[in-house]
Amino acid sequence: MDAGLPAVPDGTGSPGVDQTEAQLLPDVPDAGWLAEARARVAERPETVGRYFAAAGRQVGRAPLADAPGWHADEAARALLLAALPPGRRAEEAGELYGHGDAGEKRAVLKALPMLGIGAAAVPLLLDAIRTNDTRLVAAALGPCARHLDQPAWRQGVLKCVFMGVRLALVHDLAERADAELATMLGALADERAAAGRTMPDDAITLLRSLTREV
Amino acid sequence: MRIFDPHIHMSSRTTDDYRRMAAAGVRAVVEPAFWQGQPRTNPGSFTDYFDALIGWEPFRASQYGIRHHATIALNPKEAGDPRCRPVLGLLPRYLAKDGVVAVGEIGYDSMTADEDTAFAAQLALAVEHRLPALVHTPHRDKARGTRRSLDVVAESGIPPGMVLIDHLNELTVGLVRESGCWAGFSIYPETKMSPPRMVAILREHGLDRMLVNSAADWGVSDPLLTRVTADAMLDAGFSPDDVDRVMWRNPVEFYGQSGRLDLSEIAEVSPTFAGSSILRGGS
Repeated sequence: MDAGLPAVPDGTGSPGVDQTEAQLLPDVPDAGWLAEARARVAERPETVGRYFAAAGRQVGRAPLADAPGWHADEAARALLLAALPPGRRAEEAGELYGHGDAGEKRAVLKALPMLGIGAAAVPLLLDAIRTNDTRLVAAALGPCARHLDQPAWRQGVLKCVFMGVRLALVHDLAERADAELATMLGALADERAAAGRTMPDDAITLLRSLTREV
Repeated sequence: MRIFDPHIHMSSRTTDDYRRMAAAGVRAVVEPAFWQGQPRTNPGSFTDYFDALIGWEPFRASQYGIRHHATIALNPKEAGDPRCRPVLGLLPRYLAKDGVVAVGEIGYDSMTADEDTAFAAQLALAVEHRLPALVHTPHRDKARGTRRSLDVVAESGIPPGMVLIDHLNELTVGLVRESGCWAGFSIYPETKMSPPRMVAILREHGLDRMLVNSAADWGVSDPLLTRVTADAMLDAGFSPDDVDRVMWRNPVEFYGQSGRLDLSEIAEVSPTFAGSSILRGGS
């Protein structure tokens, strides 16, 4: 994939906000279905797949007014994961991601910060960054990306620039961007210039800020 | 003009095809799981393929404003291979997904006993998951294969209105019309069905429960033949509303029975607007 595509969906209208379980819960429509599903999942974790797949059809996919960047289906799925016993979350998140469609995968990625599974999230993040689905790449660079080592994180950021994903979606960008990322961005800028193509404005801004500091 | 191609194998097509389809008026597609030309030898090959149909492919389509749904099944050509049969046990996981709007393609290739078993088992899955079924009819011995398919459908207990019998021609359309099942026609450059023949069939049999598709895949096929057929309908005196019925409202009605067809992102494209801007834009 390369530039020239008509649209770059990132699956969210605004920068990813780290929501907590308590913040999301009141926003999701069909609270009765969700409460019942969460109770069932807490008791019998192996049933989570069924509820997870059906969540969008049950609660809809509308953007949530009080949770910027979240849609009803993603929130419901995140809350289903968060209802699992803590000891089962890493395993089930991996299963649901591995067997998920694109919407389910994105929901798992967005849920990761509220699951407290730490470095167990890394294989999922690396898988998402390896895809060419801009919504998954964007979701993988949320708060849980702090578990990625610096080389993997830089590759993720560079991929965002390459695919046209807005850098505002990258969590902790200003804090984490380093000289090596500046070198990589500079090389991409040179390559684009040689081809008569431009870099996204946010990447140019980032590159300038990094090279000023160096 | 808005077109819904109810049967097209986009994973065998290039991204440039999406661009050309969007320009021709295609706004929605259904991609049935099928044979990939090279026989698969293990269930993992199927799950990677199914995952693409509910993951990467809808994303690729969305970049051209095209809504992509899938049908999932163990296809007739591989249903007889014992190495592939465990796929049947993996299907329920996929039949629960948002983007899966039917069980398919199922049916006969060589009409063997193994194909019988897989066909009946997958019709039962359609009933269980309350999904429509897409039935492929064989290329060889088509009339007998179609008749036998209708018998299996009747035995399964699935309502005929939930079943689409596909790849029909002048010799098989009558049988399917009598059964109450939906009738599908695959418009191909050389084989199966041509635009002028399709127009003649619509004249004779009417527009009710009729679906026209390109069935474009890795073979000699053309994803724009739905549009060519729509133009041929207009040239033959069918109204724009007739065309909209066959090319849009009929597939929406058939796959809408799944309760999973989500066209919300393209709902704002009105047929009149799209018609005036695209219909005769290039000719």
